[in-house]
Amino acid sequence: MKRNARLTVYLSVLTAQAMVLNWVEGLIPMPLPVPGARLGLANIVTLIAAYTLPWPSVLLIVAARTILGSFLFSGLSTLLYSLSAGLVSAAVMLLARRLMKGDGRSILAVSLVGAIVHNLTQLTVAALVLENIRVFMAYLPWLLLLAIPAGLFVGGAGRLLLRYVDRLHLDF
Amino acid sequence: MNTKKTTWILIILALAVLGAVLALLLHRPSGGLGEVLVTVDGEEYGRYPLDVDAEFTVETPWGYNDVIIHDGQADVHEADCPNQICVNTAPAREIGDMIVCLPHKLVVEIVPEDAP
Repeated sequence: MKRNARLTVYLSVLTAQAMVLNWVEGLIPMPLPVPGARLGLANIVTLIAAYTLPWPSVLLIVAARTILGSFLFSGLSTLLYSLSAGLVSAAVMLLARRLMKGDGRSILAVSLVGAIVHNLTQLTVAALVLENIRVFMAYLPWLLLLAIPAGLFVGGAGRLLLRYVDRLHLDF
Repeated sequence: MNTKKTTWILIILALAVLGAVLALLLHRPSGGLGEVLVTVDGEEYGRYPLDVDAEFTVETPWGYNDVIIHDGQADVHEADCPNQICVNTAPAREIGDMIVCLPHKLVVEIVPEDAP
């Protein structure tokens, strides 16, 4: 029971942090050639989760934060995009982390993969919803390039944060 | 950072840049005359010449977008969508340029004349 309570609290804290980061990010103007492009600060939380929790819990946090976030902040019209991209990129990050064994394991690389897959998923869903393949091709280069600085930033932040999270000796 | 880690990161970076460059080369069609194509929910809503100034409201099942065609460029200057991304997108001018409003499933794009 005690372990269960600890897990519940940890999951809740991560979910709340991701939602707040997402909201704060929306307040920062991004003067970029691609309107709507974002840094993906909430992915810091997904990254931390992927390094400290079993995979079902990671996906649970992503689902919870996107669904609750869409009710509170962004509206239901964006849920399809944030939920699909969040879940797919989290799954691929978990996979990437597993594939990179031993001393080759890099949180920066995992974060980069996550950012790229997040953008690819969102763009694919958008092209499918709009039934317009040209949308995919027009935004693909920019979203791939923008995923690089975003993924590195999120990965760097995740690496700094993980040092402190590791000291908690969470063992879920 | 050890070399194995750096190798992984470089491989991923190279793939992303390569993909971006390939997509860029494939996408950009060469010049020529363009017209404004408006689609809502995958269906053609209307085609408008770029050289005739016009102002109209596109009514979608999810809300409206005001489009202005002026000085050879098309712009969404007002909409009642929640994120206002379409309004903040730069005007579309050349073939391949587009303005997307995801909440309203609307695309305003410049296509070659008489293209599907």
